[in-house]
Amino acid sequence: MHGWGTEMTALVELRGIKKFYGGVKALKGVDFDIEPGEIHALLGENGAGKSTLMKVLGGDIIPNAGSIVVAGQPADFRGPADAKAVGIQVIHQELALAPDLSVAENIYLGNLPPIISWSALNNSAGEVLNRLGFDIRPKEPVGNLPIALQQIVEIAKALSKEARIIVFDEPTAVLSGKDAERLHEIMLQLRMNGVGVVYISHRLDEVFDVADRMTVLKDGETVGTVSVKDTDMNKIIRMMVGRPMETMFPEKKPTKIGDEVLRVESLNRGREVMNVSLSVRSGEIVGLGGLVGSGRTEAAKMIFGADPKDSGEIFLNGKPLKLKSPHDAVQAGVSLLPEDRKGEGVVIDFPISVNSTMAGIGKITNGFGFIKRRKEGREVAELARKLTLKCGHIDDAVSTLSGGNQQKVVLAKWVFAGGDVIIFDEPTRGVDVGAKSEIYGLINKMAEDGRAVLVISSEHQELFGICDRVLVMGNGELRGELKPADYSEENLLHLAMASGALEKDGESHD
Amino acid sequence: MTNTPLDSATDVEKGRPFNRAEFIEKYSTFGIFLILFIVATVWTDTFLTQRNLLNVLRQVAAGTGIMAVGMLFVILTRGIDLSVGSVQAFGSVLCGYYIVQLDIDIWVALPLVLLSGAALGALTGIFVAYLKLPSFVMSLAMMAIARGLSLVYSQGQPIVLGKVGAALTEFGSGRFLNVPKPVWLMIAIFIVAGIVLNYTKYGRIIKAIGSNEEAVRLSGINVPRYVASVYVISGMLAATAGIIAASRTGIGSSQVGVGAELNVIAAVVIGGASLMGGRGGVINTLIGALILGVMTNLMNLAGVPGYHQQVWMGIIIAVAMLLHFGVTRVKN
Repeated sequence: MHGWGTEMTALVELRGIKKFYGGVKALKGVDFDIEPGEIHALLGENGAGKSTLMKVLGGDIIPNAGSIVVAGQPADFRGPADAKAVGIQVIHQELALAPDLSVAENIYLGNLPPIISWSALNNSAGEVLNRLGFDIRPKEPVGNLPIALQQIVEIAKALSKEARIIVFDEPTAVLSGKDAERLHEIMLQLRMNGVGVVYISHRLDEVFDVADRMTVLKDGETVGTVSVKDTDMNKIIRMMVGRPMETMFPEKKPTKIGDEVLRVESLNRGREVMNVSLSVRSGEIVGLGGLVGSGRTEAAKMIFGADPKDSGEIFLNGKPLKLKSPHDAVQAGVSLLPEDRKGEGVVIDFPISVNSTMAGIGKITNGFGFIKRRKEGREVAELARKLTLKCGHIDDAVSTLSGGNQQKVVLAKWVFAGGDVIIFDEPTRGVDVGAKSEIYGLINKMAEDGRAVLVISSEHQELFGICDRVLVMGNGELRGELKPADYSEENLLHLAMASGALEKDGESHD
Repeated sequence: MTNTPLDSATDVEKGRPFNRAEFIEKYSTFGIFLILFIVATVWTDTFLTQRNLLNVLRQVAAGTGIMAVGMLFVILTRGIDLSVGSVQAFGSVLCGYYIVQLDIDIWVALPLVLLSGAALGALTGIFVAYLKLPSFVMSLAMMAIARGLSLVYSQGQPIVLGKVGAALTEFGSGRFLNVPKPVWLMIAIFIVAGIVLNYTKYGRIIKAIGSNEEAVRLSGINVPRYVASVYVISGMLAATAGIIAASRTGIGSSQVGVGAELNVIAAVVIGGASLMGGRGGVINTLIGALILGVMTNLMNLAGVPGYHQQVWMGIIIAVAMLLHFGVTRVKN
């Protein structure tokens, strides 16, 4: 199909892969191949079958039909060990790390010698991490690291092994722009060494920066494989969802921006959050930008009462709020959609209905604490309709939904609970293009309904697309504010990084 | 995507299709019980008689049954309560202590016993929920404390209830509609617990806490209060079991319920509850307790020597769990 020489044998070819789960056809005959020394992006909406296909490649699941050809030889993967034996390393979206073990132990877990030389182990782990360009102490317990750095450890683990193919399944979802760039350098380096890299990401601009070829999946079928030279972002998006990109950010109706609802004064905790003051008015969407680890999430959790603060005051509609727990915050009308959807946003094995009503459960219980099931059913069905939730039944577990729809359940929870302030922390992380656009629409809707909205995002275009103004944080401090006229990646990054870096430069020169 | 956007609310509200996996998970415990029941019926002549069956029920009521309800609540929140056997003894001793030693009227004394059990549970709960001590450790400490208190209040001697406790012993040996009264009490407790777990906010939230505590906390639920409360319930029900033990034997004894926590946990787990929290039900817990009761009964009828019974019990628990996990794993 593509003009590679005949002497190029694909490292691995997947042919006509089919995988059924009961009646659900996750893969309906997918072809995919990886050449040595290429970065092959695998694109598609959530639920398109990307992760399933990579599980087939990694030997985690056995397909119902189709063949796997490794270097021209048919292969039969009975388990992950078979795939690893031929040099296929998959870095899954879900981190598989032991939080209490050190970074070095995690990297070499599975390859530990019977008698461990700690210094050798830590040194070689340090080398791998250095080569990746990250300053992580090998002795640090993995659980102490932020999610982004845990992701790096997971990558280091794969790189420490002999690999001919490495699959990156949405590695940059939790990484800041700078870290993502470093990761891209790693990928390019791997490509130079002849490794075949499979790259799954929802950040299309990044994919276009590094990929050589792209394969788009939709509904378990291959839409097509194209060379990056022959395509552009709009064509790819159309392949993925069947519509162009202009519709990504829905038009926000001109909303009447009202009185100040939330005011935060001099919020402090250690070096994570220093002297942060901000205010949000009714109907206003304020962005909180900056790099991962700049203190945005920490500040949000303090405003929500989920984490303790050293000092600082929070006012709601002019009245001071004393928040000891999220319970107090929700009672007062402050909501938070947390960044870690599975860990903090939903009780994933529980029904959609139970999750949707959890924050406002008092609205569907009578005086004796009995739940009015019928009323709950009606309310949740109504929410599902309003939020265009794609689900089989409202009593199905949230785990049966795609990422975007899981996020809509968290949204449904806060729509149902009501309140004056809602904070979104990475509302579209791990959400496919189509659902992203719908979530933007829902955020707009909340502002139109008169709520004060604060949005944290590492996707700068997202902030520019939906926010009335964007506050930028760096190193725990509020660095500045961007008005729509000043919206640009450069301005934002300048605020986020430059001032701290300049100060440090200044100190060292003096 | 096989799912389509919704046109009308009723699509997602009604007519949920039959789910085989859920069916198996729900009824596998009952299946095990049924097999055991048939084996017992065929194997022995005496098993399937009214007298014997009522005897099994009475033993379950006085033994693991009632405490299993409290344990279920605790396990649903992803905790464990190792103190139930000791608190049962505490309850039993206090019956004698309040009624005989302090000469308190029985209708005042019994609520006091329940409150005392609840107080020990509250202590465990506060340490677990607010001071974040692991429930295993804290309830282990309470296991020693409660057993010690039972010895203190009884001075190591059984307290005979005698005449002042006649109303209690009458309850222990009495029948209503030919069914022992303690069995009725157990049934009532299971019904109330079932209603609480399935139809109230409280039941829903403690299950959700066990499945993902942080998500529940970030939904604005006062999680520590709920967590503490399950230990109060467990303590109160353990004291109830202590009252039943006293009512059947006519003495308050510090030697009641030694090692009972293991049988109670076994009953809950055989009933399909997950020690990882969030999953489990009242009816299956009752069946779990009945499975243990029938097994003990069957071994007695079959003349298995006492020392051997423990070994067989362990083996059978393991096999039952294997069967349970086997069928639930098939669904994946």
